Amino acid sequence: MIEIAIVAVKSALLLFILLTACAYMTLLERRLLGKFQVRYGPNRVGPFGLLQPLADGLKLVFKESFMPAHVDVIVYWLAPAISMVTALFVYAVIPFGPEVMLFGQRVPLRLADVNVGILLVLATSSVGVYGIILGGWSSNNKYSLLGSLRSSAQLISYELALGLAVISVVLTAGSLSLVSIVEAQRRVWFVALQPLGFLIFLIAAVAETNRAPFDLPEAEQELIAGYQTEYGGFKFAMFYIGEYVAIVTMSALLTTLFWGGWWGPVLPGPVWFVLKTLAFVFVFIWLRATLPRVRHDQLMALGWKVLIPLGLLNLVVTAVIVVLRGT
Amino acid sequence: MGELAAFMILSLVTLIPAVVVVTSSNIVRAALSLVPTFLGVTGLYVMLQAEFVAGIQVLIYAGAITVLILFVIMLTEGGTGVRTRQLNDQVPLGAMAAVWLAFVLIVIFTRTGWPTAAGVLPAYNVVAVGNAFLSDYVLIFEVTSVVLLVSLVGAIVIARRED
Repeated sequence: MIEIAIVAVKSALLLFILLTACAYMTLLERRLLGKFQVRYGPNRVGPFGLLQPLADGLKLVFKESFMPAHVDVIVYWLAPAISMVTALFVYAVIPFGPEVMLFGQRVPLRLADVNVGILLVLATSSVGVYGIILGGWSSNNKYSLLGSLRSSAQLISYELALGLAVISVVLTAGSLSLVSIVEAQRRVWFVALQPLGFLIFLIAAVAETNRAPFDLPEAEQELIAGYQTEYGGFKFAMFYIGEYVAIVTMSALLTTLFWGGWWGPVLPGPVWFVLKTLAFVFVFIWLRATLPRVRHDQLMALGWKVLIPLGLLNLVVTAVIVVLRGT
Repeated sequence: MGELAAFMILSLVTLIPAVVVVTSSNIVRAALSLVPTFLGVTGLYVMLQAEFVAGIQVLIYAGAITVLILFVIMLTEGGTGVRTRQLNDQVPLGAMAAVWLAFVLIVIFTRTGWPTAAGVLPAYNVVAVGNAFLSDYVLIFEVTSVVLLVSLVGAIVIARRED
């Protein structure tokens, strides 16, 4: 009974932290973009603009909930929900720290240690594609449909590169469980053993989250806003939450798979985990401020002709080394 | 008891959308209904403690194959038609085949002596699956790879012919 209570409390806390973090990521992104472009960014609502996310959230909640003509009603409502739920679901298996003693109970800082954890993360993100493809199709708008087709083509292509980088890590650690993968990095972090894998994962992660320079699905100049053109109010917010949670997820995965998860000197584990994740969130924003958008054919060529062959090569080399080391 | 209830619920989750797949006149909804069906089967795999197969089921079937089906529908001109007939003149013939198949399956299921004692699960399924593929079932594994390679080459040939 007490175990169920612990899991329930942890889930509620995690959801609260994630949703708040997402809201403040929008502020962080806008402020940082302002700094990069030598302007102020939003700084009027509250001290340093800290109440801006709250104001944005309230505005979105109280917006009229409209629906364009001739939409597929069920699918139109379902799409943003799929986007948000799949993005949040991943956190069931990501470990934030080692076991700690709290109020006389041993509390592991994770929701579940599934022994196919990383597979679950990949599977969930592959289901998340439906949010985008269905949102674009059901809105009955050709820009939306084009945006969603581009986006899903991109997601499917880069999922392969992402998967190949992950398999190399799994081979190195000898386990699919995220907890064991972090445990295996006690002495040396995998970024040292898998530098190529890390680079492939980083590029694929940026593409997976539809972020600049790979943000073609929502290229404003040609597609308005892509799959979310016909969405407003809180449904639009759900797409946004899904997108920002995905950025945090990818940063957390980069930390977990390559940068030693909760390991680090002096500071306690969870603090290290949060710091490393935040560093990667910063990298995502930094990339957006620095790089121009690529063309769609360049994007596809990079995915299929560069990242996937490199990923395969990395996988073969890793497999050979693992076998040689074993004998 | 809980296991039976879970099995019943998962079966319904699998079967009800499966009926929608073959009856819906809206072809996108029909294709979309495949997703809960696949997820229901995933639930059954989890109940059998085959987590690896469950993960792969979601990744491949729910995540990749259905997306490709949706892609093909959406890229076909007039493909997203709302009133597509799913039936043609061969309904009686199809019904006869279905009844015959059901009869044969029921006879097989009732005549077979199923082992009721539970086997022992390996501690870590993924290793067991890998070992099985590369020892007892290596021939099947290799033949499957060749089939996949052939279809890959075939897809490239078809795509090249157009330009």
